[in-house]
This record gives sequence, C-alpha cells and structure tokens, in this order.
Amino acid sequence: MPDKGAVGAKPASTPTNGAAAETRRQRMRMLISALGMLPVLLILCIGFNVLSEGRFFTGQNLGIVLQQAAVNTVLAAGMTFVILTGGIDLSVGSILAASAMAGLTLSKVPELGMLWLPASLLTGLVFGIVNGALIALLRLPPFIVTLGSLTAVRGLARLLGADTTVFNPSIPYAFIGNGSLTLVPGVASIPWLSVIALLVILVSWLVLRRTVLGVHIYAVGGNESAARLAGIKVWAVLIFVYGISGLFAGLGGAMQAARLYAANGLQLGQSYELDAITAVILGGTSFVGGIGSIWGTLVGALIIAVLSNGLILIGVSDIWQYVIKGLVIIGAVALDRYRLQGSART
Amino acid sequence: MNDPILEMRGVSKTFFGIKALRAVDLTVYPGEIHALMGENGAGKSTLMKILSGAYRPDPGGEIHIEGRAVRIEGPLGGRAAGISIIYQELSLAPNLSVAENIYLGREVSRSGLLAHGAMREGVGPILKRLGADFLPSTLVAHLSMGQRQLVEIARALHVRSKILIMDEPTTSLSAAESERLFALIRQLRAEGLAIIYISHRMDEVYALGDRVTVLRDGRLVGSLDKPEIRADTIVRLMVGRDVSSFYKKDHDPKAGRGHPVLAAIDMADGGRVKGCSLTVHAGEVVGLAGLIGAGRTELAHLIIGASPKISGRLELEGRPVEIRTPGEALEAGIAYLTEDRKALGLFLDMSCLDNINLAVLGRDAKLGWILDRDKARERADRAFAGLSIRAANVGVPAGGLSGGNQQKVLLSRLLAIAPKVLILDEPTRGVDVGAKSEIYSIIDNLAKAGTAILVISSDLPEIIGICDRVVVMRAGHIAGEVSRGPNSPLAQEDIMGLATGMEHLDA
Repeated sequence: MPDKGAVGAKPASTPTNGAAAETRRQRMRMLISALGMLPVLLILCIGFNVLSEGRFFTGQNLGIVLQQAAVNTVLAAGMTFVILTGGIDLSVGSILAASAMAGLTLSKVPELGMLWLPASLLTGLVFGIVNGALIALLRLPPFIVTLGSLTAVRGLARLLGADTTVFNPSIPYAFIGNGSLTLVPGVASIPWLSVIALLVILVSWLVLRRTVLGVHIYAVGGNESAARLAGIKVWAVLIFVYGISGLFAGLGGAMQAARLYAANGLQLGQSYELDAITAVILGGTSFVGGIGSIWGTLVGALIIAVLSNGLILIGVSDIWQYVIKGLVIIGAVALDRYRLQGSART
Repeated sequence: MNDPILEMRGVSKTFFGIKALRAVDLTVYPGEIHALMGENGAGKSTLMKILSGAYRPDPGGEIHIEGRAVRIEGPLGGRAAGISIIYQELSLAPNLSVAENIYLGREVSRSGLLAHGAMREGVGPILKRLGADFLPSTLVAHLSMGQRQLVEIARALHVRSKILIMDEPTTSLSAAESERLFALIRQLRAEGLAIIYISHRMDEVYALGDRVTVLRDGRLVGSLDKPEIRADTIVRLMVGRDVSSFYKKDHDPKAGRGHPVLAAIDMADGGRVKGCSLTVHAGEVVGLAGLIGAGRTELAHLIIGASPKISGRLELEGRPVEIRTPGEALEAGIAYLTEDRKALGLFLDMSCLDNINLAVLGRDAKLGWILDRDKARERADRAFAGLSIRAANVGVPAGGLSGGNQQKVLLSRLLAIAPKVLILDEPTRGVDVGAKSEIYSIIDNLAKAGTAILVISSDLPEIIGICDRVVVMRAGHIAGEVSRGPNSPLAQEDIMGLATGMEHLDA
C-alpha cells in the first residue's frame, strides 16, 4: 500500500531558468554518452604512435588495423542488436565457424561454387533464428540458450568438414577477403573487409534509428513488460535480433573463409564472442539493454583492434597482451555502471 | 489500564515538501489489539516504516517505548526497540528451513560451523506455543501461506518483540487460515503483547480490535474504544473530507449518454477475477472502485488481453470482439493506462517523442517500416502543447520528468490512437496536485468528445468528483453499483460500504 507522500514526491514543474540549465545538462550528458569512448580511442592511437616512434600512423599499419577490426566489427554489430534488448549471444564464434565451413564445402562443388557466399549467410541466419525462437517462444534465458548453441554449433562446424581443415585456393569472391577498394589509384585504398564492416554498421544504424523495428528494439530492452502492454510483438523483436546476430556471424564466417581460403571447424572463431561483447560494452551499450548506439560499437571494435596492433608494435609479449585486454574488459563494465548512474534509470 | 508500551507524540514525516504524516499521536498498551485504519495513502505505511526504522521522522516528534524516549534508526532499529513488523508480502527465504529463517541474521554457530541442532531445538518451544503443525527443519517453500505467517510470528517472538505490527495479514489467507490466525492473535494479546493491526476489512476490525485509530491525509482523525467501534463512525472518519472544486466534470452523462461502447460479460481469470460484467457507454466516465486486491487491475488486464481469461467475452459497440493481446486491444480502439507507469508504462531511457509515438509508429511509417520523423515530431509537439507537458523539449528522456508530466506523456501515447474506450488505472497516483486537476480536465474533455472511459481509482473523492456512476468490486466480484441521484451526489459511504462488505452491518 504505497503512500502518496512517498510516491508523488517530485516538484510540480521546473521553472524556466531551471529548465534551461537542465537542457544544458542534458545536452552535456548526451554529448558525453555520444562521444563515449572516442577520446579513449584517439588517446590510444596517439600513445601507440609515440611509443612506437611513428610506426602506428602509417598508411600500411592503419590498413592492417582496419582489416583486423573488420570481422569483429561485423560480429559486434549483431551483438549490439542483441544486447540492446537486454540479451546476449555467446554463440557467434561457433556460428561463424559453421558458416565458414558450410560455405567452403559448397564452394568446392563444381556447379554450385558461386553460391557459397549466400550459403554462408543463410547458415548463420538459420542458427540465429533457432536461438531467437528458443529464447522468444520457449522463454528460455538467452545466456543458457546461446551457451548451449556455442557448444552444439561448434560440434556441427567440426562435423561439416569431417573434423579436418577445408581448403579452396580458388574460392569465388576471394577479393572480399584480400582485395582492396581503390579510392585514389596508387595513393589510397581500403580493404574490402573494412568496406563490408562499415556497410554493416551503416545498415545497422539505419535499422536501429530510422525504422519502427529499431524503436521497438530499444523499447523491448528498456522495459519488456511495458513493451508488451504497448502492443509490441516482443517475440518477433527477439527472433529478429538473434536472427541478425546469426546473419552477421554468417557474414563474418564468409569474410574469414574468403580471407584464409580455408576453414577449420575446431579452431576458427574460437572466443570471438568475447571480443564482440567487449566491443559492444566498450561502445557504451548497456548490459541491461535499452541504451546504446551502433557507432559506439564501431569505436569499441576499433579500440580492441588498436590495442592488439599497438601492443604488438611496441613489442609487448603475447602473454601481457592477454592481461591488458582482460583489464580493459573489466574497465569497460565499470564504465557501464558509471554510465547507468547518470541515466534516467535510477 | 497499565502504562502504555508505545507512545508517539507529534510524529511527522515530510517527503520533498509533501507532508505524509502530520503530528500524529498514537498510544498503544500492552495486551491490546490496536486496529489502524485509513484509506490508501492516509499514512499507515509511513507510520509503520517509521516504527520499523525504514524512515526517519521529522525532528520534533517523540517516540517512547515503555516510558523511555527512543530513536529508531536503520532497518534493525525497530527490532532492537522490540518492534516486529509482518508485511503483506512475507519476508522469508523459501529455500531455507523454518529454523534457519527464524534465526536469520543471528545464526548460532559452534567453532565456525552452523549449529543446526541447537537452532532447531531453540525454535521448538515457540513453534509449539504457536500450535505449529510443521517441523523446524521443514523448508519454508513447502509451507502454506498461513504456515509461513506463523513462521514470521515465531521470528518476532523469538527476538522477544513486545510490539507486533501486522499489515493486512489476511490478504493471502483462506478463511480457515484467517480464523486460526485470529485465535493466535488473541492468544498473543492474552500473553501481553501489543498488536497493531492494519486492515481494510471492517469485519476483522470488529472481530479483533480493542481500539481503532483512523488516519486520514496523514492526520490522526480519531481513536475509538471498543464500545464506540461502529462501521458508520469509522467510514465517516476515513472518508470525511471535502470534495473540493478541483474535480472538473462538465460533461453531462444524462444528456449525452450514448450507446454502449464496451461491454465485458462474465470475465474471469481463475484467480483474482471471478465473473465480472460491466458496461461503459459513449461519453460516460465510469468509476471502478474497490479495495486494493479486489481484482480491479486484474479485470482491466483481462479486458485488454494482458492476461489470459478462462471465461467471458467482450462486445465493442454491440459487436463481439476477440482480444488476446494488448496489441489487439489497441487495434480495436481500447487503450489502457497502467497503474504502474514506471514498470509497465514508460520507457524511461527513451525520449518523450518515442514514448508518445510508440503505439502509432507502424501506422505512420513510410513503406510500412521507415519512421516518419516529421509526423512523430509533430505529434509529440501537439501532445506537449495540448496536455501542457512541461519538459525542456520532446527529445529528453521520459525518466527525467516529474510524475505528473510522465503520466501525461503516457496518456498522450494512448490518445494518439484515438481510442473508443479508455481504461485509466489510478490515473493520478504519484501525481502532484496541479497535474491532477489537468488530468481531470483531460478526462472530462475526452468524455465530452464521446470516449467511453473507465477509471480505476483508490482515491474515493477522485472517483466521486469525476465519475458519472461507480461500479464497486469486492474480492473478485462486482459488489454493486452506485449511481448519482437526480440531485444527490455519489455517496462515499455507499461505495466504502460495498467495497468493505459493510452494507450488511450498516443495516
């Protein structure tokens, strides 16, 4: 039995000058959350450039960073959809492996070789939709469902290649893995992998910010019960986000297959889900859902790539790279907490 | 009579400038059952929370226990002062045993290991004294609600509390369990405990109360001794407040009462709602009154398809409709304003603009799913102007607004679909006075425009101020209906009588 005094405790209205100050504060807050980790990214880049005596900011090295960031960016984009609804997808690494295996296997079939790319995408999409259906229709917790498919799909990936490495040196569309899009002939070019990653980010932004579905995704993550009462088909939204995550994992698998001309069901994509989750959280998307942006995810993925690249450039050992990356994950979650304190949800 | 065990003198509590309690004096003697009554929001919970140490009272008041002035601070303060509270929602850990629950926080250990045996033996005598039919080692999860309550009481006795506060202890009990509880309460009284018994139910207060204290708007408005305890006196004390002019009701139901818009027939959910029928006409504001737990919100949820029904059907403008989800209700033109806007209504992190447009995004969208941002912006601006929502701009997160403005944002979302039927569940809960009267005039204008409106409210003056007739629910049934006479207003006593089941006792 709530007392009115306890509940209705807010002042009636904000006076106008207070409103102006409030607007300023709001803008400041939005700016901070929009910029998010961008300053951190820039500081890292500059720091590594100084420590490596100028070897970071070279066209070649930046190309490598972008290329290294590409697959994780694509996975993290899908993960952003999922985490925005308050869920998690642990299975993306395994789905990536299974999709790459499916694609490579098909690419060796003479008549159908050209179809390997859509086959990879479709494989990922199907696994994603299965995840989504289990979560949305059977109301199982996302962590458990995707933990299960992390293991099960990994097994299927090994099964697809009879537990061997599948090679195809003449795989069609190999250019997407190793070619570059020439911007200015002889001067500037950008790896196709990075072009794909940027396109994925752009499409994700369009869906999240410019479509009805996007608003519904934020709504489900922000308050699932309210979303249901507001007439949103929560189950459809959930199946969509896990489907997208699977589809992007399939795309990631295709990118890897084209880059390596090979795939191994056991090794490919191991623990990729962790990098993807880290990128999303670094990008300021809240673990409880409802808050976040795809641009933040891009910045998060770049931070991870810059960290890996920079630590190698300045000669930090493999072992210490693990330690440092781990601390970055914890720091990211701490930031998430701090960010939530400032938001409307208290 | 002997010396009082508890004396509160001039205790007040202010929340952000709003007085929840105003200089309350309360005296409780050992060996008495002291019933505390009042409407929802009268200040009962606040008073209780001060005694438990959850709230700190405003400076100036005094609390004496057994003649000594005490300061009750922190959640353990109440227990230290000898006060135990048994809340409506019991606070037991179902995964632990009875003995472990009773000893929770004060476990007995021997050389660092839990002394299970000693704890079981320790609670044995108390359980026996209470006539418990379960063992100290039983898991609480296996106990019925009545048995769980017994465990709570045992816990209170085990810490040697002298004052036991019970907040609506019978809400989740069966009739037989309630009878057993009453016998136990009388036994505890005979043993010298002071019991503060909070209840809405007149029959319980009749059966148990030695004295009744009534709170209204944070004030103590009367204390009655046993011979004076009479239903009409209590009801008058509880509701006796002026219905001021800030309720706006210009629409004239008699002149403009239209065709029936919503007819719910024999709705039941197998739990809280046991076969309810009601009709709302175009341009009519119907109140749905009743005590908390009477099943009003549950009935609304059944109507909009938010929870599954086991029987009943709906007619909309005379035609049968099948509504299985809230989405289908919105499509049919039935909008529901939730009583819990933060948990079930608003998206606090999303902008007011998104919150307002959420229900019509699909309808407005280009090519079926591309957001029409101009239209959304226009709609939000119109809502801000029309309902005078005060916020910096339509882009700020809804969570930052005051309660009244949040409510208006949520209301705007419903109005965006131009509903035929509007169900408002506690539309002014947690809303300041200014916004309240604005919401009343919005309701009035909607009724004038022909919307059929059903208002669920625990605030009786509000129901009387804005409604044309009132349907009263009690324990899952429609207990009756109160209408306006040709010249007489709706009578609060009639509504309260129906809601508490007192109409028999009054006669």
